[in-house]
Amino acid sequence: MMWAFLHKLASPQGFYALSARLSPWCWGLAACLIGGGMIWGLGFAPADYQQGNSFRIIYVHVPAALLAQSIYVAMALAGLVFLVWRVKLADMAATAMAPLGAGMTFLALFSGAVWGVPTWGTWWQWDARLTSMLILLFLYIGVLALRGALGTRQSAARAASVLTLVGVINIPIIKYSVEWWYTLHQPATFSVTSRPAMPAEMWLPLLVMVLGFYCLFLAVTLTRTRHEILRREASRRWVQALTGEGP
Amino acid sequence: MAFDSWHAFLAMGGHAAYVWSAYGVTLLLLAGVGLHVRLERRQLWRRLQRQARREQRPVRRAQEGRSP
Amino acid sequence: MSRPERYAEPSGANRPLIAMMRRDLLLMMRSPGAWLNPLAFFALVITLFPVGISPAASVLSTLAPGLLWVAALLATLLSLEGMFRDDAEDGSLEQLLLAPQPLPLLVLARVAVHWVSTGLPLALMAPVLGIMLALPSGSYPMLMASLALGSAALSLIGAIGAALTIGVARGGILLSLLVLPLYVPVLIFGSGAVQAAIGGTPVAPHLALLGALLALALALAPWATAAALRISLNA
Repeated sequence: MMWAFLHKLASPQGFYALSARLSPWCWGLAACLIGGGMIWGLGFAPADYQQGNSFRIIYVHVPAALLAQSIYVAMALAGLVFLVWRVKLADMAATAMAPLGAGMTFLALFSGAVWGVPTWGTWWQWDARLTSMLILLFLYIGVLALRGALGTRQSAARAASVLTLVGVINIPIIKYSVEWWYTLHQPATFSVTSRPAMPAEMWLPLLVMVLGFYCLFLAVTLTRTRHEILRREASRRWVQALTGEGP
Repeated sequence: MAFDSWHAFLAMGGHAAYVWSAYGVTLLLLAGVGLHVRLERRQLWRRLQRQARREQRPVRRAQEGRSP
Repeated sequence: MSRPERYAEPSGANRPLIAMMRRDLLLMMRSPGAWLNPLAFFALVITLFPVGISPAASVLSTLAPGLLWVAALLATLLSLEGMFRDDAEDGSLEQLLLAPQPLPLLVLARVAVHWVSTGLPLALMAPVLGIMLALPSGSYPMLMASLALGSAALSLIGAIGAALTIGVARGGILLSLLVLPLYVPVLIFGSGAVQAAIGGTPVAPHLALLGALLALALALAPWATAAALRISLNA
């Protein structure tokens, strides 16, 4: 029963049918949560007693940073599933989520830099977290570049999976080594970590935004995986039957 | 409501440039993601339907064989 | 994968491996460019820094550990492309995949040769360039030790990237995109060791962490490289 369900899910056709029902909900939920969270965070959450209103950047910075890391891990898991069990769908999903991950990493970096001006007085600080986020962006660029260079070759999927797995093993190493490097070189301490615990009216909108971003991730992945299925299975009969009918 | 007036909301306590640019880029990126997905779907469907039409025409199919 | 009976007869199992390493070393000796060019590149890049920054010894000596490490890292990076390329072009790499020996072991042999031909010469040459950058005395042994240890990790990690980009035309820039982010920890601990030696703080933790990175790379990279080679060549 369970296996039958999983098997159906892992087949492109089964996933295509299931995701058709799921993805509109994900998009809708993402729009509601992100829209609501933004209004809440911008207009209703109290200002921080130290940072004032610049603190509101947290509501886009933290979800983007969380998603940036989660998407890389998700890509690596998909790569593992693809390499070990040869589930084509896993690679399609990994392909679908890579650009969003790079975008989220960029967003985390950008909002972090903008946040840095009022808090640190500078656009860029070689802070441990910003630095490892920058390296994460390069890891994403590497995966995207490798896929781009190998194009539609059969090896592209497996090569990208290996690279993502190598990257995901390295992420914690990079993170800890950068933290270590930063504590050794720390110029003047601009510590944002030693803060009192956030009150609920501050972290609730953050939670809403984080959930919204994860819904968006799910929605984009589902929809783009559907596209990837159609693209790669274009010569299959079920896709041709589908395209005869229209979207 | 954390602000007294619309003006205070837009001014963000003097941090307007930072807060609004961060949120602006976020919205831009989110809108870009949504548009990209829509555009991708439209292009894909157009291509697939063109392909389907081509395959339905028997004369052309005999000339070209199955298109890849 | 590994069959126990092969290990019962070590000399028999190792003979092809040793033969391959001997061949690789011989090829390296016959084309001195393979190991001389990275050295020339290393010296050239180091020459650029005083020209670009300042000839003042006080400025250079603070930057020297980082500059030497970054330049050595880039020199290693440039030499990576050749690790599998010639063999892929003349088809001997495919023979390697069919060999009865486990592929990760063959990869390890190839990486060892790469380290002997680039990492080791770079480490040996670094003190000379250190003098030119006014590197404080007392840190020279640490410079050589950290470069020798670190460049082995660089060769191992780089092999994965080299294997992934075999089939890519003009893969050099792609290779650096893939590999450079992975080099960051090695750079941190490597130049950190030299800086610690200059500052008089304990160097053992840096070297230990560098060794840990090397051990991890030694354990994982040959498998990843072997997988990448199979993927790149089956296409």
